[in-house]
Formats: sequence, C-alpha cells, structure tokens
Amino acid sequence: MKKLINSPDTVLDDALAGVAAAHPTLKVDLEARIITRAGGPSVGKVALISGGGSGHEPLHGGFVGPGMLHAACPGEVFTSPVPDQMLAAAQAADGGAGVVFVVKNYTGDVLNFEMAAELAGEDGIEVATVLVDDDVAVKDSTWTAGRRGTGATVFVEKIAGALAEQGADLASVAEIGRRVNAASRSFAVALSPCTTPAAGKPGFELAEDEMEVGVGIHGEPGRSREKLEPAAAIVARSLDAIFADQPLAAGEETIVMVNGLGGTPLIELYVAYADVAKYFAERGVRIVRNLVGNYITSLEMAGASFTVCKADEQMLALWDAPVNTPALRWGA
Amino acid sequence: MDIHQTRTWVRSIAAAMDQHKDHLTQLDSAIGDADHGVNMQRGFTAVVAALDGYEPAGVGDVLVKTGTTLISKVGGAAGPLYGTFFRATGKQLTGPVADAEQLAAALDAGLAGVQKLGAAVPGDKTMVDALTPALEAFGAAARAGEDEATAAEKAAEAAETGAKDTIPLQARKGRASYLGSRSTGHQDPGATSTALIFRTLAEVLKP
Ligand SMILES: Nc1ncnc2c1ncn2[C@@H]1O[C@H](COP(=O)(O)OP(=O)(O)OP(=O)(O)O)[C@@H](O)[C@H]1O
Ligand SMILES: [Mg+2]
Repeated sequence: MKKLINSPDTVLDDALAGVAAAHPTLKVDLEARIITRAGGPSVGKVALISGGGSGHEPLHGGFVGPGMLHAACPGEVFTSPVPDQMLAAAQAADGGAGVVFVVKNYTGDVLNFEMAAELAGEDGIEVATVLVDDDVAVKDSTWTAGRRGTGATVFVEKIAGALAEQGADLASVAEIGRRVNAASRSFAVALSPCTTPAAGKPGFELAEDEMEVGVGIHGEPGRSREKLEPAAAIVARSLDAIFADQPLAAGEETIVMVNGLGGTPLIELYVAYADVAKYFAERGVRIVRNLVGNYITSLEMAGASFTVCKADEQMLALWDAPVNTPALRWGA
Repeated sequence: MDIHQTRTWVRSIAAAMDQHKDHLTQLDSAIGDADHGVNMQRGFTAVVAALDGYEPAGVGDVLVKTGTTLISKVGGAAGPLYGTFFRATGKQLTGPVADAEQLAAALDAGLAGVQKLGAAVPGDKTMVDALTPALEAFGAAARAGEDEATAAEKAAEAAETGAKDTIPLQARKGRASYLGSRSTGHQDPGATSTALIFRTLAEVLKP
C-alpha cells in the first residue's frame, strides 16, 4: 500500500484536522466527528444533514455550507458513521425547524441513521429522512437490500439544500429530496480497484485489460467484468443501462454528472463527457446543467460514474440557487 | 453465569475478534466491503475499555453496556445489529446471576431485537442464520434441565454449523445481496462472528 498518510489508524482524524485548517467557513468537531457550518444553525430554517463512510470526498463534508448541507457525519473509511455522530450533528444544526437526514441506501447507513432519528426524536428534534437509491446496476427487488445510493446524493443535497435555504418547511424539503432521487439514475464503471487504509490491499482485482461494469462506490462488484473498451463504448453501455431504467424522450431536460471515482484524471472525464453529450444529442434529450469532476469518489479507484436527473422547473431553479461550499460554489 | 463470568465472556470475545480479525475481513471482502473484522475488533476493543472500572449491579448491565458501546463505536450494519443484540439480551437480566433458562429467554429477546431492526429471516445469509440455531439449541438444552455450560456448548456447535450452512445460500440482506447469485459459495462474515461469540461463551462457562 502506497498512500500519502501518517498511519492507517489516524487517516480520518488527520484528514478532519486538515479540513478544519483549510476551511474557516466550516466548524470541525474532532471529538464528535462532525462537520458543521461555522456560522452555527440557521434559526427557523430546516437543516440538511448527511453522512456516510469516508473515502468519498468531497462527499459529504465538502458540501457543507450555505445553500447545501448544514452538517456532515464522516464514518471510518467505507463504514457508516455511528448514531452518536448524527445525533450530535442534529443538535448542532437544528435551527428549530427540524432536520432532514440524507441517507445513501446501504444497510449500515440506514440502520445507524434510523437509530439516530430515534435519539433525536427523544431530544425533541423533528427528523425526516430522504433515502437515496439511484444505482441502476443493482436490481431493486424484495430479494436484495435495494439499490445503492451513489451520485444522485450530490443532486439531492444541492437541490433540497437550496429549498431549505429559502425557508421551506421540513415536509417540503424532504419531498423535493425524494423527488430528485426518484428522477435520478446512476451507473459506474471501474478501471482499477481501491485500497482502504485499514485493509492495506485492494478490495478486488482487475487485470490490466479489464473493467468492472456497474461497480459500487465501495468497490462492490457490479453487473459483469468485461474487457476494457474505448470511452465511447463505456459511456454508451452506462447510459444504455440508465435509459433502459428511466426512458427519456426527445426534448426532455436533464442534469448530468460525469463523476471521477478518484483515480481518473479530469482530461479523461472530459473525454467521457464529449461522448455523453453526443449520446444525448443523438436522442434529442437535453442536458441543461452538468457537472464534470470528482464529487463522489471511491478513494483512488479509476473509472467514472454517470448520473442523470430528469429535472423539472423547480429543480432547475433550485439547482441555480447560490451555493457556497468547499466543493460546490456558484452565485454566492 | 455471574457478573464476573459475563465480563470474562465479553473480554474473551474481544480477544477472539483480535485473533480472527483477518479471517472475518477476508470473508467480508468476498461478499461485502472487507471491513467486518476491523469493525468487530474496533467495537470490542472499545467495549473492553468501557468496562474498565465499570461497576455493574447485574449481569444484564455488563451486556447493556457492551451493546451501547458497540452502537456508539462500530458503525456499519454490524454495530447497530450486535449492539441491539447485547442490549436487548442484557435488559432481560437484572440479577447478579442468570441460570440457563433465564439466559435462554434473554438471548431470544436479543435475537428478536436483531430481527426487528434488520428484518432478516433465517436463510437470508446473515448473522441470523447462526443466531437462530444457536438459540434453539440453547433453549432446548435449558428446557431439558441442562446447565448453562452444556447449553452454551450446544449453542456454539449449532452456531458453527449455522455459519457453515450459509455457504450455499444467496444473500437477501445487507451488502452481500447486491451480488445476487454471486454471493453463493462464500461463508457469511456476520454469521461467522456470531459463531465466535458463542464459542467464547462455551469456553468461559466450561467448568
Ligand atoms: N439486515 C440484516 N440483518 C441481520 N444481519 C445483517 C443484516 N445486514 C447485514 N447483516 C450482517 O452484517 C454483516 C456485515 O457486517 P459489517 O460489519 O461488514 O457491516 P457492513 O454491512 O459492511 O456495513 P457498512 O455498509 O456500513 O460498511 C453481514 O455479514 C451480515 O451477517
Ligand atoms: Mg462489511
């Protein structure tokens, strides 16, 4: 294992210390392991709180700030945070109008947030939960834990965060979050695996000429293992899977994210985006907003994920609303 | 089982998790995210620290403290699930000692807590596949008038068999379920850690 770290045991604490030192707009509680806005709660406004295993930076801590999250709870690398963190975050961020938990659909995250919601409720804090489950690589059936939450999390946090900033009530903020999730689909392809600091070796193996199609953000195996293909074919494969799950007609408007998994240079993401733009143009489906970059990563995994949100007018207006966080900033 | 034995049980679980950390993580890397051994070791190390200097009034207090600490420290699926198991078990045991029948009833409450939270049933390829046969064996022995040492030995054997029997199963809960039919042929990590927990109980209670 070759990593820019001091010790595998202290990666999270060391990284949080770095976040604290780098971003005066954030308040990092190293003891409680939560990241909140330096300005404290917004009185009378709903607070959006998210969290999950670390290793997906900038998600979630990089999205804390006006117009997006109020607090983030980073767990150990690839392990969900514990209820104490979400409770502390809820207590620190609640401005009296309640909190929305944005939870990616993994058993660990779901159970820990559920326990936290119970504890926060006992504390008199109103909690609503938005479950994100956008990864079409996994079949959603009663026989699985359901679809995994991936790229749509960024869209949910941006759009619901904007509505919360405007002073909407708890039910409305949760409702738009759920609507964004329902309108979003993602698919990812890995070109190389990743290594958690604690494990010290890759979570899976890929030969030089292989790729994992439908990979999860923790390196979970996907739909199939294939021979490496040109970017255009990888994009077509991924978007085919997305369009098969949520057909999009000519003229429809979308927000599209081409996201790097951590080990893929931006130049390659732009190569992929060109193919994405072409794919959409051929079908007459409009990309009216886009993100190209590293927003929800899997440590140093090479590859990309593609997220498509079929956006309505309200979603687009909220997308354009000002946001001022370390990893997403415009209009502010 | 008295308070001292309960403490020893929990400390022995910590030692077992230390020893089997790599194996559990290896099982989890086949069908999960390669963190189960690390999670369990981190959790029980914290439990040992939390029990240091703690003065429990009853057997159950030790187990409730264990569960609460696991919930606070482990994360993942295993943290809330094992945390709930120990808390729900502990809440039933108010006295300074527990006999076989009291233990059997308390462990059943622990399993009920796990199933209420995680909604897994036997056959889903989870810890429930080791817990269920273990508690059936423990309960049957207790009802037959056996002492807790014998009941625990039978429970350990049943848990070990239950864990092995997860190998051909297709996972329907947790991270492993994403693999669909590719989850078959691997032993479930959570069922394996459950077997370790009952093996240590049998060892601690062995006269
Ligand atoms: N719904 C469930 N009910 C009972 N046991 C479960 C359930 N889901 C998972 N498990 C058990 O949890 C074990 C995995 O625990 P582990 O500590 O690896 O958490 P995890 O699933 O990796 O959590 P995270 O997703 O946050 O990393 C599985 O082997 C299985 O026995
Ligand atoms: Mg795991």
